[in-house]
Amino acid sequence: MRLSDRIKASYRGLRTNMSRTMLTILGIVIGITAIIIVVSIGQGAQDLILSQIQGLGSRTIIIEPGREPHGPADFSEMYTDSLKQRELDALMNSANVQGLEYVAPMVIQVVPVNYENEISRTNILGSSVEIANVLDIYADDGDLLREDDIRNHTSVAVLGSEVKIKLFGESDAVGERIKMNGRSYMVIGTIHPKGQVGFLDVDHMVLIPYTTAQQYITGTSHFGALFARAIDEDSVPRVVRDIELTLRELHGIDDPDKDDFHATTQADAMETVGVITGALTALLSSVAAISLVVGGIGIMNIMLVSVAERTREIGLRKALGATNTDILAHFLLESVILTVFGGIIGILMGSLLSFLASLVLTKVLGRAWSFTFPISAALLGLGVSASVGLIFGIYPAKKASRKSPIEALRYE
Amino acid sequence: MALIEARNIVKAYPDGTRALSDVSFDIQEGEFVAIMGPSGSGKSTLLHVLGFLDGQTSGTYRYNGKSGDQYEPDEIAKLRNQKMGFVFQSFNLLPRTDVLENVALPLVYAGIGKKEREKMALKAIRLVGLSSRIHHDCSVLSGGEKQRVAIARALVNTPDIIFADEPTGNLDSASGRVVLEFLQKLHSEHGHTIILITHEQSTAEHAERILSVRDGQLESDVKVEHRRFAKEGYEK
Ligand SMILES: Nc1ncnc2c1ncn2[C@@H]1O[C@H](COP(=O)(O)OP(=O)(O)OP(=O)(O)O)[C@@H](O)[C@H]1O
Ligand SMILES: [Mg+2]
Repeated sequence: MRLSDRIKASYRGLRTNMSRTMLTILGIVIGITAIIIVVSIGQGAQDLILSQIQGLGSRTIIIEPGREPHGPADFSEMYTDSLKQRELDALMNSANVQGLEYVAPMVIQVVPVNYENEISRTNILGSSVEIANVLDIYADDGDLLREDDIRNHTSVAVLGSEVKIKLFGESDAVGERIKMNGRSYMVIGTIHPKGQVGFLDVDHMVLIPYTTAQQYITGTSHFGALFARAIDEDSVPRVVRDIELTLRELHGIDDPDKDDFHATTQADAMETVGVITGALTALLSSVAAISLVVGGIGIMNIMLVSVAERTREIGLRKALGATNTDILAHFLLESVILTVFGGIIGILMGSLLSFLASLVLTKVLGRAWSFTFPISAALLGLGVSASVGLIFGIYPAKKASRKSPIEALRYE
Repeated sequence: MALIEARNIVKAYPDGTRALSDVSFDIQEGEFVAIMGPSGSGKSTLLHVLGFLDGQTSGTYRYNGKSGDQYEPDEIAKLRNQKMGFVFQSFNLLPRTDVLENVALPLVYAGIGKKEREKMALKAIRLVGLSSRIHHDCSVLSGGEKQRVAIARALVNTPDIIFADEPTGNLDSASGRVVLEFLQKLHSEHGHTIILITHEQSTAEHAERILSVRDGQLESDVKVEHRRFAKEGYEK
């Protein structure tokens, strides 16, 4: 029997029970959808990590207040006030930490920014002069922060490119005054468009001296984080150790488990994201596996029903010369066509959902989450769905092929 | 060597019904034999055994010198596909499939291409006079038309032997005569071996020889003295 005739016969066999067959493949559709999402989101996460590392540089160490979060309960500790000017000074002392290029403090808060009638809710970033190096930014117009501004708590602001456009449009911003938290600030510069650096969207923020931010915006004396940079990549581990020792001594901590701060390197950050995406992958993979097995059993069930219903047809085909192999192939092909069809729908749905997820994640995370059509996952999906069809189709098909022609012909 | 050799064939169905008991006969290649008997006498059962569609409970049956268990399963499939033509008592047409495809079905399993298949099928359909119905779904056909589709399908692969189970059972006398004439023509002009099952003496007399069965036993095996020829006239 020719292959084209085999496929045609199986396809026609399926078509006679269209609505029933459609319901049967639901499990396969869900399974393959999950596979596509796993691969696609995994890819997006990886792209994101790479861009983040490229943005901050592998020499950057982020020191945050509170213990390193291991569970949801630990996140509250991120708001402790363990990092203040005293800690900053201690770290900047080269007798304490060697191989450190600089440390830049950060104070972040979202506040409304007004200029005349324009209002924009933005991140205020309070930092020091070194922020230019941390974020690798420079001024388009005017200046970035100056040492004097830090020392004197001056009310000056540097605008991200988008904030500048939002408030001022095309007209000049430098020398103008904006209002934040009821206080007036002089715009001293605008930042050249930069986009995302780490978790900061440079274009949408306003940069002011950290001393000013602490005094007038947050009203507290602690920092949200310290950004340190080692002189080279090799000294990162040593710098981290020195930072930890210095802060522990300063805070009188003997037991590292009682740390009231934590230092993360970009390698650590990558690991964390890896753990999160790994968990997500494991979850979705098990969804995929379960629904594929359930879907496969559904296929097997419907094929068994179909074989029973078509006993007469099977007998007739055999009486007219169909071999056992012909009948086996017929039903096996039916189930494979079914599952592959489900697989194709799953690939389309998975791609669509991943694409939507990329839009949502971009919005929620505030950073570009890339979507690429996962070709390798699509091929994997096709392979998996065909295999499910083969594995779960073999038993019904074997059963069909073993029917004796006369029993089948007599079946009413 | 006879084409068909049946020796002491016994067929008991699982429920205990003894449909055939101790049936023995030979049929030579090229013979036209009628198997005659009342309803329930075991005619169809016998035909199924002869066509390797069903196994006998005991006794030996040889086709072309080989018994069923001496053939490979695929060989038997090939035999049914290319050497035997079946006209089943209950037609057994594929549902939701048109006349042309039903007739061409054995050719699909013979691995013949679509074009050639359609050519051969159309020829067989013309022979049974259904050319105007080729694209009709088989389920809408009348009983007689279905019977003719079944006959066309049995002929399409020009088999060596045709097993026809009551092929005139659903036909009026005129159509029945056409079928019998046709079987006689296949026999005389093309040398096909024909086994015709019927419960009517008059139909059986179109064959050269009549095997009568009753209650699963071979009652008589006689040569037809005054053979009927459908071309001359056929009475019910
Ligand atoms: N699968 C089966 N199981 C049990 N008994 C059966 C089975 N098939 C046939 N029989 C019985 O075997 C006997 C012979 O049946 P068969 O169909 O061979 O008769 P037949 O001569 O062809 O009759 P008809 O002329 O009515 O077609 C009958 O009594 C029938 O009831
Ligand atoms: Mg019968």
